[in-house]
Amino acid sequence: MSLAPARVSMPAEAKAGDVIEIKALMRHPMETGYRVDSRGQPIARHIVRRFSAEYDGEEVFAMDLTQGVAANPFIAFHTVATRSGELVFSWEDDRGEVVTVRKRLTVTG
Amino acid sequence: MPTRRQIILGAGFAGGVALLPRAAPASPELRDAALAELTGGGPVSDGRVTLTIPGVAENGLSVYTTVAVESPMTTGDHVRAIHILSEQNPIARLLSVRLGPRAGVARVSTNLRLAASQEVTALAEMSDGSFWRDRKTVIVTIAACIDGG
Repeated sequence: MSLAPARVSMPAEAKAGDVIEIKALMRHPMETGYRVDSRGQPIARHIVRRFSAEYDGEEVFAMDLTQGVAANPFIAFHTVATRSGELVFSWEDDRGEVVTVRKRLTVTG
Repeated sequence: MPTRRQIILGAGFAGGVALLPRAAPASPELRDAALAELTGGGPVSDGRVTLTIPGVAENGLSVYTTVAVESPMTTGDHVRAIHILSEQNPIARLLSVRLGPRAGVARVSTNLRLAASQEVTALAEMSDGSFWRDRKTVIVTIAACIDGG
């Protein structure tokens, strides 16, 4: 996984109790393992297995992925703004590589 | 000594085997088995779940899909999990989402890969243990898993 493979879009500020939308995009081939290359050799499976979002020390969302999710997986979901802090987003693929993105949310009111 | 006919038949058979997809295609039966595994064989009701997916997907490699579930998303009454199931992909359970009251709303979007025209099922598991679903038929013009990723 090369430079800056993951991007997360979410508001930087929210009012307490607001539901915010989070959009997460990861650059990843999500290679199915069903294809063969030009020499007829099978191409090894290489997929993101799990995505998770942690907020205020608690997992608020997680997804288990398979080959049935498109390449460069995009995931949009929601969370309730509770208090100011860091949101930690992690992607783990089947080669054990983990990519983490951290975003700060300032909660007012 | 094989006859010429046997050689031709053999070559045809070998060619046919080479052309078979490497993964056995799924079937409605496999989808039903995956569903039963998730629900523990319990009842599944239609409703509360809205699966939004194009009726015609030009490209099966990436089909934008949203699942929304009606739920107050409180500690006592919320959606625990959302699953998307396929009846034609090599893998029946495409994805599973875990969420809870801190999600605020039970709505998730992603891009699916669809190997063929089929019925897609969205299944929601509630905190009271009940299961709800929505099903939509998608016509896929260019299927995934044929070539190009």
